Amino acid sequence: MHEMGIAEQLVKIALDAIPDEIENPRVEILNLRIGKLAAVVEHSLTFCIEIITKDTPLENVKLSIEQVPVKIHCLTCHKEWETDTPMFKCPDCKDGEVKMLTGREIEISSLELADN
Amino acid sequence: MEINIQKRVLEKNETEADKNRAFFKNNKVFVLNMMSSPGSGKTETLCKTLGKLMPEIRVGVIVGDVCTTNDADRLEVTGAKVTQINTDQFGGDCHLAAPLIDASARQLGCDDLDLLIVENIGNLVCPAEFDIGEDARAVVLSVTEGEDKPLKYPLMFQVADAAILNKIDLLPYLDFDAPLAVENMKKVHPGIPVFEISAKTEEGFDPWLEWLRTKVKEKLGIVTK
Repeated sequence: MHEMGIAEQLVKIALDAIPDEIENPRVEILNLRIGKLAAVVEHSLTFCIEIITKDTPLENVKLSIEQVPVKIHCLTCHKEWETDTPMFKCPDCKDGEVKMLTGREIEISSLELADN
Repeated sequence: MEINIQKRVLEKNETEADKNRAFFKNNKVFVLNMMSSPGSGKTETLCKTLGKLMPEIRVGVIVGDVCTTNDADRLEVTGAKVTQINTDQFGGDCHLAAPLIDASARQLGCDDLDLLIVENIGNLVCPAEFDIGEDARAVVLSVTEGEDKPLKYPLMFQVADAAILNKIDLLPYLDFDAPLAVENMKKVHPGIPVFEISAKTEEGFDPWLEWLRTKVKEKLGIVTK
């Protein structure tokens, strides 16, 4: 639901990162890292990007998304594990407080420019 | 040609949230971000909470809604300072981001408050993603929703520091399994304090109020040291 705002930020960051000296730049790929627990729907994000990049160097850009797994750290016994389900109980201590190490990322790692 | 960037997309919001945190610290005010789905009883919970905390604790509220000032009107009756944010008259943002809170908190004025409560827009997805510079987050779930909501919206329950299970006065009339709902909250967030209350009958309010009072005093204590 907030993918448009995220798309706008992404485009702004990408446009700022294109070196000024490149003439008629065309961005082919945006490499993103998105955590599995981040509230971002890939399909919606792609749709929003498509709309707002028209007539910009990012028109027709492809999103290459690396999904970052959810990694949990138990603050009691320091066990660390990855999970595919939203069950964050420590398998060893059961009721200890846990901390999410990864899984909430919404990051842009790089962009790939077309060879002119 | 590949250009390396390595940036968090919500960095701008995070920077604004840090500015809010500094502003709240200077004003010695504890900030609670209250989130839930629409209709869980956040406003009623707040009305009753304010009535019991004030005047011992001076409270202000920022209410976020897409449209209408209905919630602010209800909260103003309690005597608390209230300001309303409407994200758009015809369907706007689904969450409150840090810059909106900055403007509203300054407009409201925080120097005469101990506690500022932000009643976020009813939504279990997006508000969890946006840091507004708060000290703590509370999520409200009501017994007219499903017991599995914490499993369906894990981020919300994972980022919350406390959970309220509201409308327990309705339990005799529903098939809702309250212990299962609490268990699901703890699967997603082991150790989260859960307060089972009825905002209508005021049952179960004391532990919730005690949690909130302790949090406020901790912050005021730390700041005045």
